[in-house]
Amino acid sequence: MHFDIADQYRHRLSVVHLLDPRVKVVATFSFILTVSLTPTGVWWAFGCFLVLILAVAWLTRLGPMFAVRRSFVALPFVLAALAVPFTTPGSILFRIPGLGWTISEPGVIRFISILARSWLAVQAAVLLTATTRFPDLLWALGVLRFPRLLVATIGFMYRYLFVLADEALRMLRARSARSAHVPKSPRPPIGWQGRVAGMMVGSLFLRALERSERVYAAMLSRGYDGHIRTLDRFRMMTLDWVALAVVVMVLATPLVVALIQ
Amino acid sequence: MHHTIEVNDLHFSYPDGHIALRGVNLYVSPGEKVALVGPNGAGKSTLLLHLNGILRGRGEVLVCGVSVKDDTLGKVRVSVGLVFEDPDDQLFSPTVFEDIAFGPIYMGLLEVEIRDRVAQALEAVGLENFEDRVSHHLSNGEKKRVAIATVLAMVPEILILDEPTAGLDPRSRRGLINLLHDLPQTMLVSTHDMRMVSELFQRTIVIDQGEVVSDGLTQKLLSDDTFLEEHGLEAP
Repeated sequence: MHFDIADQYRHRLSVVHLLDPRVKVVATFSFILTVSLTPTGVWWAFGCFLVLILAVAWLTRLGPMFAVRRSFVALPFVLAALAVPFTTPGSILFRIPGLGWTISEPGVIRFISILARSWLAVQAAVLLTATTRFPDLLWALGVLRFPRLLVATIGFMYRYLFVLADEALRMLRARSARSAHVPKSPRPPIGWQGRVAGMMVGSLFLRALERSERVYAAMLSRGYDGHIRTLDRFRMMTLDWVALAVVVMVLATPLVVALIQ
Repeated sequence: MHHTIEVNDLHFSYPDGHIALRGVNLYVSPGEKVALVGPNGAGKSTLLLHLNGILRGRGEVLVCGVSVKDDTLGKVRVSVGLVFEDPDDQLFSPTVFEDIAFGPIYMGLLEVEIRDRVAQALEAVGLENFEDRVSHHLSNGEKKRVAIATVLAMVPEILILDEPTAGLDPRSRRGLINLLHDLPQTMLVSTHDMRMVSELFQRTIVIDQGEVVSDGLTQKLLSDDTFLEEHGLEAP
């Protein structure tokens, strides 16, 4: 019984899949940074970046709507910006009857800009994880000077998430198997059920802790000395440098123009 | 180069007070394959963990003639390959390649040598081209074999395995037994699988309640039913 919730990678034979993972990580971060720095209301710039991300999506052979569909997962986070139209001062567009709250025009423009930025950024992240295998992604982050300890921790989490999920599933099944209900007798109080659930979580935590000790013993047995070391897995090819240069130029141009205006 | 295991009067208690080993003595000569059997809780796993310095007790432990001390741990862990019971504890890297390369990387080998070692280790366990596979997608038998490969990549002189056939289906078990038969290292294998013991190991050590209660020819041990029953074992 295996869960594969974290495995977002979709294999295709595309130019994007073949790129060095470092290029993809840098490109994605640059895209998100550029989009975040684009001034509010400069719709043509957002339009350019949308065209760019759709072009990349097309190049990945995942289908043009692939990233768009998955980007809706970011929608709940936009709720954080819901207060913006109401709190930004400026010419009033609309007044909510009964509450007296006003929606201002600058507020709406800001809100839609935030929406656009989030939407574009999430699409970039979706494409990154869909075209890069997770271990390669982690390796790229480590090589790009992300804190090694953090990268190693994420690696272990990815590796053992499924093991823990399996253990949790087994515990839940065992509980169901012992959850008989005799008709006419009262159900156990909710407080007790809560305590049982709490104890299961505690038990899972202890098992994870003990497993971590065994994993540490296994690492020691193979020579671990406290420093995290990895091999160079990829070499930058001409294609990688070209792609990187193209991305940087295509991102920089609209941004610079938008900032100057 | 003598690939020997020597344990002299080893005592060990766990922090909670439970006495796990009460004066264990044993000697394994180069190239010998020895089985370690005993009831659950006898101290088998505890003893194995002393052989590469994970646990440290009172008494002396020598592997390949080197006494296991703080400053010799690095050397000891290259000479002694310990394969744990649960392969999930041993396969902690994102891909099979990285798991097997872990040992050689920490030994400080060059990249070319590391890649060679990984390829050879995978070939030795019959899993060629498994480099890019992800650990949690493998079957139990494959995981056990990759776990052995992670240790073989360090080219140890002594192999120690804790319950290698536990949880394997008959085909995987047969594959593993054949693999153990072909590997040249000195071996000490802790197991409950008495059929494997009678097939692979000429010598068997029985341990019970932290002490060695028998150390001799497997066939002689397996013919003494009373003794076997006394120590929680059964002939195959």
